[in-house]
Amino acid sequence: MSEYEIVDHEHDVVVVGAGGAGLRATLGMVSGGLKTACITKVFPTRSHTVAAQGGIGAALNNMGENDSWQFHMYDTVKGSDWLGDQDAIEYMCKEAIPSVTELENFGVPFSRTEDGEVYQRPFGGHTLDYGKKMARRACAAADRTGHAILHTLYQQCLKYQAEFFVEYIALDLLMDDNGKCVGVLALCMDDGKIHRFRGHQTVLATGGYGRVYFSCTSAHTCTGDGNAMVLRAGLPLQDMEFVQFHPTGVYGAGVLITEGSRGEGGYLTNSEGERFMERYAPTAKDLASRDVVSRSMTIEINEGRGVGPNKDHIFMHLEHIDPATLQMRLPGISETAKIFCGVDVTKEPIPVLPTVHYNMGGIPTNYNGEVVTRKGNDQDAVVSGLMAIGEAACVSVHGANRLGTNSLLDIVVFGRAAAQRALKTVEKGSAHVPLPKRVTDKILARLDKVRYSNGDISVGEVRNSMQNAMQKHAAVFRSNISMNEGVKKVDTISKGMDNIGIKDRSMIFNTDLVEALELENLMQQAIVTMKSADQRKESRGAHSHEDYPERDDKNWMKHTIMWLNEKNKTKLDYRDVHLNTLTNEVASIPPAARVY
Amino acid sequence: MAEFALPKHSKIVKGIDYPINSEAENTKKINVYRWSPDDDENPRIDSYNIDLDQCGPMVLDALIKIKQEIDSSLTFRRSCREGICGSCSMNIDGTNTLACLKSIDDVKGDINIYPLPHMEVIKDLVPDLSKAYEQLTSVKPWLQSKSDPENGKSRKQSPKEREKIDGLWECVLCFSCSTSCPSYWWNGDKYLGPAVLLQAYRWIADSRDENTEQRLEELEDSFKLYRCHTIMNCTKTCPKGLNPAKAIGEIKKLQLERK
Repeated sequence: MSEYEIVDHEHDVVVVGAGGAGLRATLGMVSGGLKTACITKVFPTRSHTVAAQGGIGAALNNMGENDSWQFHMYDTVKGSDWLGDQDAIEYMCKEAIPSVTELENFGVPFSRTEDGEVYQRPFGGHTLDYGKKMARRACAAADRTGHAILHTLYQQCLKYQAEFFVEYIALDLLMDDNGKCVGVLALCMDDGKIHRFRGHQTVLATGGYGRVYFSCTSAHTCTGDGNAMVLRAGLPLQDMEFVQFHPTGVYGAGVLITEGSRGEGGYLTNSEGERFMERYAPTAKDLASRDVVSRSMTIEINEGRGVGPNKDHIFMHLEHIDPATLQMRLPGISETAKIFCGVDVTKEPIPVLPTVHYNMGGIPTNYNGEVVTRKGNDQDAVVSGLMAIGEAACVSVHGANRLGTNSLLDIVVFGRAAAQRALKTVEKGSAHVPLPKRVTDKILARLDKVRYSNGDISVGEVRNSMQNAMQKHAAVFRSNISMNEGVKKVDTISKGMDNIGIKDRSMIFNTDLVEALELENLMQQAIVTMKSADQRKESRGAHSHEDYPERDDKNWMKHTIMWLNEKNKTKLDYRDVHLNTLTNEVASIPPAARVY
Repeated sequence: MAEFALPKHSKIVKGIDYPINSEAENTKKINVYRWSPDDDENPRIDSYNIDLDQCGPMVLDALIKIKQEIDSSLTFRRSCREGICGSCSMNIDGTNTLACLKSIDDVKGDINIYPLPHMEVIKDLVPDLSKAYEQLTSVKPWLQSKSDPENGKSRKQSPKEREKIDGLWECVLCFSCSTSCPSYWWNGDKYLGPAVLLQAYRWIADSRDENTEQRLEELEDSFKLYRCHTIMNCTKTCPKGLNPAKAIGEIKKLQLERK
């Protein structure tokens, strides 16, 4: 193995990732006096939070409709198809109000109502009075809410002089012999040196892994690096079968058109010009939950009512909306439609298709952001020294299907919660115990192997095969036959990793190497996603099983947890869904049929 | 007469020409600046011929296709591919822009791609932006307010007040504008440049910010602000259609009003 120069750092806390969750956590920790390192593979404002459009959910009640966090909680539990943990959901919906108000105080340029309050728009699955009518709950900055929030959080971190390590690729967690996480090893892109970060808490805020699919709204950088590090640390991932398809990705390009465009009055039609959502969701119509809308669109296409020459997509209409409103409320997607499909939204519909958008699954945590695992009968055993927040985490507040606006909320609420927890549990400036050399050596051996890989298959080829297999076999609708085949295909494709070759041997800004490392991360998650999907014999939220079309609460109201060993063999277990609430301010919401 | 010559390493040489291996009919030649920090070689231009029928519509799609299928060592930044993260700013066909928003069809003939001008290059199309980021930090780009909002309440802002920051806060920090500005090329160490001045004005124009006077005072400097000579390259090049030149003009107007 080559010799690698190692630079050591000691901090109270190490945050990996600088999207909304990582920055909110970093901000809370730094302002609370913890010595914090924030490591990120892209400059903070380039993280994928920046692409969130429609809004952040909080029952601020600025639109005068008697909204409450209890309604928000009900909608979220129902949206999750009763796979969400109700204690965590209560926490999120309640804390939404101070968390979003704080964002305004930090300087987020929210759009405003005539009264000067934060503007709120309707969004899918968000209702008043337990489903009776649609609520206006999504706090929006035009249709660039993620950009507004991410930049503001970065600015606040600058204010507190947070310590960033930009363009550092996290390689693996440093785990001691007792299974405690004591930091992370990272590669600095800029100079090619290895950096060993020690922290009493390591917080994974590494986002989702949308790029296991061929067509997704996710950025190229959404490779779930934290999820894969957790698998390699011998810990399980949870509910990985639940992958959200956003109803309105641009046909072809896959870029996102916000659900907020339907919130502002947009609607979908099929080849007969019919507003078909009225058939599938009589009350919520085009603003039903995303899983419901994506399935409805897919059925329309499968039954021959798709639009276009190949009848393979759906139209979304905005042309009936006043152009001034479009300019004020939806300027970003108007521009996106123009650039990526040549459509003038004031005149013609946008061609759209359900597109992979979000991972409900991830690293299991409690509502404090602490990573948990199952140890024998203890289903909520905390993993010492390790936290996870944001899309990387599975708290689980989204269960089997996330509501729009709840991801921006998730990152802010649990970023804040993780900081609060770390301030309670970490003793500032306390010493770090020396770490055996072999812990670092093992990680460097993996890096070295990839760096000098000289097989005859390119990273691009293997990635393409994996993405195509996932696209086909872990789709909107799934079946036993298709998923069995998917498991076998992904298994075969993953063996190709032994024969990849890269061309760039440099240590400086080696994106060839980074893409190979990211592919390894993606592949491990593809295996776990495909296998988790294959074993769940029911339909719930985003997991629609054609052979088991009903939800089966008796047998399947439980979280899947799955481990992956070094030979890519999986181990399966389950955790109970927390049906209990956190306090007695609200009663547990009993399972019911999910009608919109 | 004095003779001037560029340093040896700034001379760009012809690199590798990768031919197309198929009978594609709809092809395009893409010439890309390459430079590696690891050896002592001069920068070079490599040429890649690609089949446009097997490629997405944007220049970024072409770069990704090259990296995926022809030369995996080609180095550039990219992330969101929809013009919101600001990673893939580069000089394409003579203009600074985001590769993900630049249509291949918009370029007549070969496509020439260089890193953002006048920044130090880390490798290939990756510029070192650390000084620009430091300049951003120097204008204290966060809400400054002496009066705390009422506990648990949002600050109020009317739609009219809020409108004043439209066209300012949407900046994606790609630095296409600053690196298109001759003044910034010349005095980039002291002149803040259009991207950072746009951010400075974003806070000056925000009705919630109460530190306008101090912000203006700190910008009242012959280099930081007044190296803007209204060349307007910034506004012309902005891939997001923003108008940094106007923001700088507004700052200058406010400086006049203070006097």
